[in-house]
Amino acid sequence: MYSEKFQASLKAVEAAREKNTAYEPQRMTAQQKEDLLAAYHPDYKQDEFELLKIGPNKGDKVPSQLADILQAHSRITAESVDLSAPDYDVDVLVIGGGGAGASAAIEADEAGAKVMIVTKLRIGDANTMMAEGGIQAADKPNDSPAIHFVDAFGGGHFAAKRELLRKLVCDAPEAIQWLSELGVEFDKDADGTMITTHGGGTSRKRMHAAKDYSGAEIMRTLRDEVLNREIPVVDFTAAIELILDDKGNAAGAVLMNMETKELLVARAKTVIIATGGAGRMHYQGFPTSNHYGATADGLVLGYRAGAKLLYAETLQYHPTGAAYPEQIFGALVTEKVRSLGAKLVNVNGEVFMHPLETRDVSAASIIRECSTRGNGVDTGNGKGVWLDTPMIEKIGGEGTIEKRIPAMMRMFEKYGIDIRKEPILVYPTLHYQNGGLDITEDGMTTNVRNLFVAGEAVGGIHGKNRLMGNSLLDIIVFGRNAGINAAKAAKETEVGTLTLDHIAAFEKEMADANICTETVSPKLLPDYTRK
Amino acid sequence: MENMVNIFLFGKKYEVPDNLTIMTAMEYAGYQLVRGCGCRNGFCGACATIYRIKGDKELKACLACQTKVEDNMYIATLPFFPLVKEVYDIEKVSTTEAVMMQLYPEIYACIGCNACTKSCTQGLNVMQYIAYAQRGDFEKCAEESFDCVMCGVCSSRCPAGISHPQVAMLARRINGKYLAPECGHLEDRVREIKDGTFNELIEALMQKPVEEMKELYNTREIEK
Repeated sequence: MYSEKFQASLKAVEAAREKNTAYEPQRMTAQQKEDLLAAYHPDYKQDEFELLKIGPNKGDKVPSQLADILQAHSRITAESVDLSAPDYDVDVLVIGGGGAGASAAIEADEAGAKVMIVTKLRIGDANTMMAEGGIQAADKPNDSPAIHFVDAFGGGHFAAKRELLRKLVCDAPEAIQWLSELGVEFDKDADGTMITTHGGGTSRKRMHAAKDYSGAEIMRTLRDEVLNREIPVVDFTAAIELILDDKGNAAGAVLMNMETKELLVARAKTVIIATGGAGRMHYQGFPTSNHYGATADGLVLGYRAGAKLLYAETLQYHPTGAAYPEQIFGALVTEKVRSLGAKLVNVNGEVFMHPLETRDVSAASIIRECSTRGNGVDTGNGKGVWLDTPMIEKIGGEGTIEKRIPAMMRMFEKYGIDIRKEPILVYPTLHYQNGGLDITEDGMTTNVRNLFVAGEAVGGIHGKNRLMGNSLLDIIVFGRNAGINAAKAAKETEVGTLTLDHIAAFEKEMADANICTETVSPKLLPDYTRK
Repeated sequence: MENMVNIFLFGKKYEVPDNLTIMTAMEYAGYQLVRGCGCRNGFCGACATIYRIKGDKELKACLACQTKVEDNMYIATLPFFPLVKEVYDIEKVSTTEAVMMQLYPEIYACIGCNACTKSCTQGLNVMQYIAYAQRGDFEKCAEESFDCVMCGVCSSRCPAGISHPQVAMLARRINGKYLAPECGHLEDRVREIKDGTFNELIEALMQKPVEEMKELYNTREIEK
């Protein structure tokens, strides 16, 4: 139920619904999109960024909050850790218990490697669990990996590393098959045909889903498989520093028990960083759709050990975060809501854009509507625009919402809003880290041997903006890929003497660059306690 | 102006604004959460919580991230519950009720008290999906349990010691892998890719100058 102050605008939305449902808005031209992004997208706000003073990306621009944790002190010194008697000794160490980490662990196990997962919360506490809308794969007769490639390359502003994108799109159908064979329940017709929809910026309907629990369904299945394989999962334990060997190769990590703070040493022949994103860094003060542990840990670990970043200056603001009620401020409203036909409507009941532009363009357009155009709805906690969910039932028939987006229905129902009958209020929310550690096609970082990366911690697969449904895809494709290649590399690796010398070397670089800071990193968890 | 309410975290009284969720109220009170906090959006089941409103006999269960505080709410979080997870090989499991008899025989000791359903934080008909599992109707069990976040509250209330979320997990995997209709176009496409059907098209894209890629992208046909 919306209070009195929303009623006038709600009436306008309702009055225009019939007309708006039938209306087919124009898509923007390339030039219009470019101008819009430059004026309104958060990535273009120069004063929110800083140039890195040290490390492999010296001189590159990153969000200020990221610069702060990249150029920070380690939680430990080399002297405080005894590397001579490791607590764990494995072939492949996977850092992170999300979809990428679990996929990597399963494949490394399949390849016969001794693999271990370490995760600072529980296995499955990850953005994968929260991905709602779906996973892309060009598996319909009117589609092809080449068309998928063009959609993703253009959507990412022609900046993706093409060999990574090629892998993403060509391995996509097999990824869906792999998940199906593990028992993931994709939405299908009675004859087995996948029910697929559009996402923003797709030119074919290739979004596969499991209702609007797509990521949760994938994650819980992968978790179950990891447990069935009896792969050790060391939970509530964070990796706080990588360990190298005397050849400069990745050779393990220093771990910290999140509850007792006990330090542990894991030696490994190869290491996979699968630590996910950074939404809980709240860049530019945005709310986030991310899980509690999304604090860019992998970028910090990798950077301090000498690995290079790519496109760390580009973040994705999901156009439709919940703007109201405040208890769910910033929570994800899946793009699937728009895939199913709901349009974005301003305070006056006007459709102001095509609902399926790419995410960066949609976010910028909503910000414009709520700022200079003055057509936003006052939520009491900022501005928002309407996402007219009742259109879905008009188009798909009664019952479509309950069947296709039950999680959304439940989320708003708890606050007395029936999305089948009433629209919802949305505003962009920090959603995805487009950039990350730079890898080659085998999943290894470009400049630290035996250090692999998978999932959201990777940069370059999507370029500077990611399409809906390509992230669930990327964690599976590149998670499996990293697992396979890390297991292979482990077979050919003799670990040398372990060292943490890079900590002191990084400290020296900081001192030489006159960086004075009290920040220690990785951050591990946000601090939301009242001060 | 914030309206304040009294809540009792593990029995200790705190005064917090009434617009907070249980989770944000704990943080307001000063807790830096490590346990019992995951996605903060109702998907991961990390923040199962049991509460009682003073004077009310009924014990209620919820997810802390999805539930607003109320005055005189007595709160105990349940960040971990020892569910039984049996290990099995998905490639070799039976697709009939025999698998349940083998792995989770305790489901046949269900006494029908319905405490599981009453306590479900997702409002699912838990006892019903266990009944489907007993009968080997895994498709219905999968459908009925689909929104489960595996928080474990149902199992904490079960006198028969059933680990409902794990039973449902097994049923869903069997359904997804063996019972759901096979997808012909997916198999075809995987084979075509292995056969190299798209190699030439893809390799052409690998070489194309960015200006030509822009042209291709901006003029591509979009399926209605």
